[in-house]
Amino acid sequence: MLLSAALFMIGVVGVLVRRNMIIIFMSIELILNAVNINLVAFSSQLQHTVGQVFAVFVVAVAAAEAAVGLGIILAFYRNRETVNIDEMNLMRW
Amino acid sequence: MGEAIAFYTIAAFVLGFAVLVVSTKDTVHSVLFLVLDFLFVAALYVLLGAEFLAAIQVLVYAGGIVVLYLFVVMLVNLKGLPEEHRDPHRRTKLGLGLAAAVLVELGAIFASGYARPVPQVAEAAIPVVGNTEEVGWLLYTNYLIPFEIVSMLLLVAMIGAIVLAKREL
Amino acid sequence: MIDLFIIPLLKIAIVLNATLVGVTYMVLLERKVIAWAQSRLGPMRVGPHGILQPVADAVKLMIKEDITPVRVDRWVFTAAPIISMVPALIVYAVIPFGPEVTLFGREVTLYIADINVGLLYVVSVASVGVYGIILAGYASNSKYPLLASLRASAQLISYEVAVTLTLVSVILVAGTLSMVGIVRAQEEAGVWFAFIQPLAFGIFFIGGLAETNRSPFDLPEAEQELTGGFHTEYSGMRFALFFLAEYANVIVVSSVATTLFLGGWLRPFPSVDALAFLDIVPSWIWFLLKSFVFLYVFVWVRATLPRYRYDQLMRLGWKVLIPLAIVNLVVTGFIRLMVL
Repeated sequence: MLLSAALFMIGVVGVLVRRNMIIIFMSIELILNAVNINLVAFSSQLQHTVGQVFAVFVVAVAAAEAAVGLGIILAFYRNRETVNIDEMNLMRW
Repeated sequence: MGEAIAFYTIAAFVLGFAVLVVSTKDTVHSVLFLVLDFLFVAALYVLLGAEFLAAIQVLVYAGGIVVLYLFVVMLVNLKGLPEEHRDPHRRTKLGLGLAAAVLVELGAIFASGYARPVPQVAEAAIPVVGNTEEVGWLLYTNYLIPFEIVSMLLLVAMIGAIVLAKREL
Repeated sequence: MIDLFIIPLLKIAIVLNATLVGVTYMVLLERKVIAWAQSRLGPMRVGPHGILQPVADAVKLMIKEDITPVRVDRWVFTAAPIISMVPALIVYAVIPFGPEVTLFGREVTLYIADINVGLLYVVSVASVGVYGIILAGYASNSKYPLLASLRASAQLISYEVAVTLTLVSVILVAGTLSMVGIVRAQEEAGVWFAFIQPLAFGIFFIGGLAETNRSPFDLPEAEQELTGGFHTEYSGMRFALFFLAEYANVIVVSSVATTLFLGGWLRPFPSVDALAFLDIVPSWIWFLLKSFVFLYVFVWVRATLPRYRYDQLMRLGWKVLIPLAIVNLVVTGFIRLMVL
């Protein structure tokens, strides 16, 4: 349990601190993995398989989100030639 | 006893690689540490008795998603430079401080014991043995609707990714 | 104590050694067979009829100078061949060579481990094997290998989908993910799965050709196209590792195909009792014979068919094999539902 909390925090730090879009996305994956570890730990402790079922769903959703996110990054890169998050200010006034 | 040693070793590796993922300057190295991290997490799942999930983790996460990340990193790295070390906008100390604070809070919650009696979920008799079969049984009976929704989600994500990455439509 | 550690270690040692020797002799097999297909004799000088040729090759590769280009990523450059080779070898942990035999008064099973999710393990290890190629191309710090490696890995991950779908249909028929269980299911059913699932067999074979970068899908290593592909900058022992990893992959695909489709260690027509006299041949000899047939077909295909262009290759994978695999899966599921 403490492990998944620690992993979660590391992921959050990654998301907040780094400027490279891709590394931010990877930190999000770390967070999702932390959640999964938590689910599986609970599942093994309570001896009920539903935690693993939910973890499978989380993996599937993470895969979908990674695919779409990377598509967005690629599209953005084609336009702006950078993956620095400070330069992605299209929606700012 | 051996299990505890195994758990702590794997946990140390998982955390170590995670720290390396967010702190390395070179993006490609970061991705590689992520892969190693996922492999160790899969080992953790095996230790916790979830073999199906461990295999799925390696297959989908380490073998698919991170390959995708590696592709994108290489396509982006062909011209890009690594990010500057002294970025004025980055507030490293603040981020680390906040994270440490939340971590301490979480640790306090766990240590004080969530000692409420764990609600025993009514265990419906699953007529199969084996980890994979149990997961499959649950997926197809109790959780059929989320299963279908997730497949729709994957389909939509696939189409979306293709549309986003096309050069002209 | 002995059972827990020593026997598996012995098994691992035997399997690894056999695999590595097999890999080097596969090189010889390929050169000989292609030579015969082209009406010539192949390597004949080293040893009688060229039997010791792999030894000469190994010595040559080992004493070659190990050139490391200057501005490469040193860790990744060294790790890439290892990452290529390791997945090919660790798949052997789940491949069953035979049922239990009694050796020295002890019941020994002829496989290293029977994991509950054996087939899934095989597929996941195969998907990790892609990393070796990508990292090799990246680490070489030059344009040609990088592009070649990206193409090769795109080919690999595309065909992975088709192959995995056919494996799912096999799982549907067998009802279990463990490799030993699949062989036993073939024993129960009385026929090899190649006859129950011919389409899956065909798709698996074609996908296996593409997964291991063998002809006619060997564009990633075609010298004429990309100056050597992703292992341009590698020489000496590292190149040898890549080379051997490819052949090890071929043997692995043959072994997996034998286990899944040709009945593993069972004799032909296991249910026809009239042929029971074939039982004097030990089970693992059957396994080796069948794998050998596959290896031969791999080399035969290489000697015969011309090479696919890259876009034809990708088109074949995505537009032909995957729909066929899905159709196979649906039909299998339907039949299974109706029969049960």
